[in-house]
Amino acid sequence: MTQLPKTLVETKNMAFSRGTHVIFEDVTLSIPKGKVTAIMGPSGIGKTTLLKLIGGQLIPDSGSVTFDGVDVHKCSRSELFALRKRMSMLFQSGALFTDMNVFDNVAFALREHSGLPEAIIRRIVLMKLEAVGLRGAAQLMPSELSGGMQRRAALARAIALEPEMVLYDEPFAGQDPISMGVLVKLIRELSDALNLTSVVVSHDVSEVLGIADYVYVLADKRIIAHGTPEELRLSEDLKLRQFIGGEPDGPVPFHYPAEDYKKELLRELD
Amino acid sequence: MLTRKIEILVGLFLLSGLAAFLVLVFNVANVEVKSGDSSYTLYAKFNNIGGLKVRSPVKVGGVVVGRVSAIDLDPKKLVPVVTLSMDKRYQDFPETSTLSILTSGLLGEQFLGLTPGFMDDDIELLVDGDRIEDTHSALVLEELIGQFLYSMGKKD
Amino acid sequence: MNLIDQIARLGRAAIELVIGLGKAGLMLWGAIMHRPRFRKGTPLLLKQLYVVGVQSMVIILVSGLFIGMVLALQGYNILVGFGTEESLGPMVALSLLRELGPVVTALLFAGRAGSALTAELGLMKSTEQLSSLEMMAIDPLRQIIAPRFWAGVISLPLLALMFTAVGIYGGHIVGVEWKGIDSGSFWSILQASVEWREDIVNCMIKSLLFAVVVTWIALYRGYHVIPNPEGISRATTQTVVQSSLAVLALDFLLTAIMFGQ
Repeated sequence: MTQLPKTLVETKNMAFSRGTHVIFEDVTLSIPKGKVTAIMGPSGIGKTTLLKLIGGQLIPDSGSVTFDGVDVHKCSRSELFALRKRMSMLFQSGALFTDMNVFDNVAFALREHSGLPEAIIRRIVLMKLEAVGLRGAAQLMPSELSGGMQRRAALARAIALEPEMVLYDEPFAGQDPISMGVLVKLIRELSDALNLTSVVVSHDVSEVLGIADYVYVLADKRIIAHGTPEELRLSEDLKLRQFIGGEPDGPVPFHYPAEDYKKELLRELD
Repeated sequence: MLTRKIEILVGLFLLSGLAAFLVLVFNVANVEVKSGDSSYTLYAKFNNIGGLKVRSPVKVGGVVVGRVSAIDLDPKKLVPVVTLSMDKRYQDFPETSTLSILTSGLLGEQFLGLTPGFMDDDIELLVDGDRIEDTHSALVLEELIGQFLYSMGKKD
Repeated sequence: MNLIDQIARLGRAAIELVIGLGKAGLMLWGAIMHRPRFRKGTPLLLKQLYVVGVQSMVIILVSGLFIGMVLALQGYNILVGFGTEESLGPMVALSLLRELGPVVTALLFAGRAGSALTAELGLMKSTEQLSSLEMMAIDPLRQIIAPRFWAGVISLPLLALMFTAVGIYGGHIVGVEWKGIDSGSFWSILQASVEWREDIVNCMIKSLLFAVVVTWIALYRGYHVIPNPEGISRATTQTVVQSSLAVLALDFLLTAIMFGQ
């Protein structure tokens, strides 16, 4: 981790809260260009929120997020839209448009933004679908696809405009081992073949450590550890050990905070 | 092909809306499309117009020949002036015609009854802008009852 | 202390109301204040006209027919006692044009199309389709909200006109075909009492305003839904309740302005 390649996204001392509920206190991280960066952490820690902050959908209370040197939250709406054409996001649910078939879903952003003639769009869409192995499913509706296929179709849509960066929100959650394997392979291949910057948010430890070039671990509203997968595996930090090893009790307690067990049991009802 | 079906249905929807509009305008409200100047104007002064309203009909023997187009107050004499918009098809009323405010039924709406007067060589016809001299005001029920009670009282 | 709590709660409710109105206003502003795009916008509008307008037609036409018939039947029973059953025509036509046409259509529309709009948007939000549009650098207000809004605003007045026309026809069926009122006097008295400006134009103004209110509430509830099944079901209910109440209150206001003198 001594010398990072060129940084694409950088967050500095970012804090964010929903109402009175503080989600991030002080998050500083940098995402290198052309690499797979993973952000891990227990569920409910605000990993999706982090992606939305990077994508400019949410505004931090303090601190900043820069994409390729531009502050995402200080630019105008049209500048933000210009930035978003360079990134894309794979949502946890896939978020395919339910009223269009797979082909039109993938073609959607192209038709909106590229201004290319329909014949060329058709070829691009078929190429993207071929890349995720769904060319045969082009005419199916999203509701006819399985969860894993929906996510692959959404991936084809995410890379349709050839973005520089793809944000993956829990790409492995709720997938069977086969589709999990397919997705891991796709993310790695796309990243290498297109020189994509990938940000993977996940709590599936083994998959993430398998594909990531660099890993940040989020807990307690901040980054508690970062490094290459090797460095993290060798770490002595107790919290990190508990998370990576998947131990039920440890620094992150099994029990939700409560008053003393014996006391509560013995207390008379009044 | 699905979009084609939607386009056709939406087209039919818009057309049915238009059709409903036209039915309401021409069949229900009975708006007459008048080409150019198909009406002429007459004036009449009354002492009391009772419940006469703008758009109340003007009838000759029950046939609608025009409508009240405006009701004003003569600024000097302080009596109501009614402007009538008469249908061009019904002309040639002599200037001796009388105009009275009548009521359809006991409690119904009030309208103007035009009674054509006698014709003679030296009597002219009413034309655009003329005034009907011979008018009978509305019967006001309260006044009638008052008069009736008054005459009853005198008899005793 | 308790009093201060009460005051604080009142203040919080007021602030939330203002925030809600502000959000709703911003949403509508963002949706309709931009250059129209005919090539891309027209197919979207057509689709929504189909969903919002065409699919509401059956319920509107059937309800209109029955309401006209019931109105005529009850009216006839009362009017015949005074020997003025010929006035059935204006009674049916004026009640439909001035009140029932716009109001009942708006209420049915809120139940049929408004709730569907809220549920659809709520589903799009909870499956992250709206976020996904944002991340594709496409403004969901323009792509999703605007065509639905315009479709509602175009459809409801047309539906109200259809409802009224069919209702008057229903009155004709009962009055003339069944109860034997003379067809000529039914229509002529009806025509003499209905006015183009006072009745038909006001009918359209009313239903246009109802359309704006109902569609706006439905879209706002859907767009700012809490993205889970419970949130969607509550938002759908809220759409129907709030837009019905808004329509009735607005109707009283408009009637007072138009016919209250």
